[in-house]
Amino acid sequence: MANTALADPDAGLTQAQLAARYGLRVAGERPSLADYSRRLWHYRHFIAAYANAKLVASYSNARLGQLWQVLTPLTNAAVYFLIFGIVLKQNSIPNFIAYLCTGLFIFNFTQTAAQNGTQAISGNLGLIRALHFPRACLPLAITVTQFQQLLGSLVVLLAIVLVTGEPITLAWLILVPAVLLQTIFNAGLTMAVARMGAKVSDLRQVMPFVMRAWMYGSGVLYSVVLFEESLPGWATKLVEFNPMLVYIELARVALLEEAPVLNSSLPQLWLVATGWAIVMGVGGYLYFWRGEQEYGRG
Amino acid sequence: MAELNEASNDATLTLPQIRERIPTVVVDDAHVIYRVHKGASGASSPVAALRRMMTRTSEPNIREVHAVKGVSFTAYRGEAIGLIGSNGSGKSTLLRAIAGLLPVNRGGIYTQGQPSLLGVNAALLNDLPGERNVVLGCLAMGMSPAEVQRQTPEIIEFSGINQRGDFASLPMRTYSSGMAARLRFSIAAAKKHDVLLIDEALATGDKGFRKRSEQRVRELRESAGTVFLVSHQLSSVRDTCERTIWLESGVLRMDGPTDEVVRAYEAFANGK
Repeated sequence: MANTALADPDAGLTQAQLAARYGLRVAGERPSLADYSRRLWHYRHFIAAYANAKLVASYSNARLGQLWQVLTPLTNAAVYFLIFGIVLKQNSIPNFIAYLCTGLFIFNFTQTAAQNGTQAISGNLGLIRALHFPRACLPLAITVTQFQQLLGSLVVLLAIVLVTGEPITLAWLILVPAVLLQTIFNAGLTMAVARMGAKVSDLRQVMPFVMRAWMYGSGVLYSVVLFEESLPGWATKLVEFNPMLVYIELARVALLEEAPVLNSSLPQLWLVATGWAIVMGVGGYLYFWRGEQEYGRG
Repeated sequence: MAELNEASNDATLTLPQIRERIPTVVVDDAHVIYRVHKGASGASSPVAALRRMMTRTSEPNIREVHAVKGVSFTAYRGEAIGLIGSNGSGKSTLLRAIAGLLPVNRGGIYTQGQPSLLGVNAALLNDLPGERNVVLGCLAMGMSPAEVQRQTPEIIEFSGINQRGDFASLPMRTYSSGMAARLRFSIAAAKKHDVLLIDEALATGDKGFRKRSEQRVRELRESAGTVFLVSHQLSSVRDTCERTIWLESGVLRMDGPTDEVVRAYEAFANGK
């Protein structure tokens, strides 16, 4: 190298010593957790803008556009009403249609977030390879997008609940902290599946089956009392700690007067709901951060 | 764009005293080996895949490519470095390793700040209008919302996508490949980068845009960044870079002033 021949204070240093002297860092090194969290906070506007953009883009080819945000849950509810309310005449549960829609919409929030989460990294490789930002922005943006979708669903849900003759009570306020806890849970879950999906692309094919099994274990389509009746005691206990069942039960307690619940102790519901939110939120974040330097490689 | 120039000129006024040879990228005997999937070939039936899983043998259609073999060099602040070499000589791989997207198997790569790699396939959201993509891209580079708002018109102006009518408000999927590449370059070039890695991104624009972008690369360099340019167009390397590195089959063949290196490379390429 001709251009290092001049009298140079750096002459005689090896490349690694030179790098250390000027404080250069190893390319693609993982930032510390505190540093990473700080950067993530700095990118909060990006998360919001990206989530919003995704929401707009997902309807950009539909003629009715954003209206689908409300139309999708409404159509969903109509189909289920047709099958369970009119054809099958379900009547073991009072106000079955509201019971069903509550479970369906709350479950759908987690389901779509997790399903899209598997694609958070692998579906954005171009962006990841081009620009440097904390990768956790992507799964978090998915959670925010799904949260916005949920707000649309909740409007429909409240309308259904009112139309089916439930009174407006103070208990409705329970819905706010319940949904917030579920959002934290979802954020952690989305980050966890995002890292898994980045490594194992087959996860995308497996995910629908996992989610369906989870749905059956969460008492969305039928009365939760069935668990108590047909499962052995320990299994029922296990189901009681299923996070999705807990979030759905909280929503049902909030909105419905006479809905059957598996877990009649409200403090226990709150405890489990908060516990899962913390465990999944923190665990998912740590798990995702530990893989930070790997995303976009290969 | 005029405002932007002035701002960057102001910044350079204070720089000369710290301008003396501060390394920004140090590459120390770097080896990069990556694995490629050869795709569906030969024994790719489900039965064969199952047998492989049972016997725990590695997939036959993965091959290891030793793309960069022991390259060492130091890049300094304010330099623009051209990377030349025939196809498959490891230029893009080296850039991706500097950007931290590929791990080095041996040796080390040290960088100042976070290098940004600007490639032709850096896709944003194709369903969204160009304008929204500019905003997203700028936020993704860590700009504040106020800064983004100030920069957006300049970026669109610079990219020239509005020369044929109002394209900025149309979804990016309606753009020609050249237009999309221009917009992507304009977004990435709007921010000061410590190290900017450009991989053939300038080749797609038309002549007028190429001139503007070469000018922009020069400005970025003056505002104390280091720019790497991979290009097969020797003229654009000659115009923008004063130093050039020539890679041939993963080995550093020559490193020095652009004129010398390009001349040697041309002699090599013609003699082949």
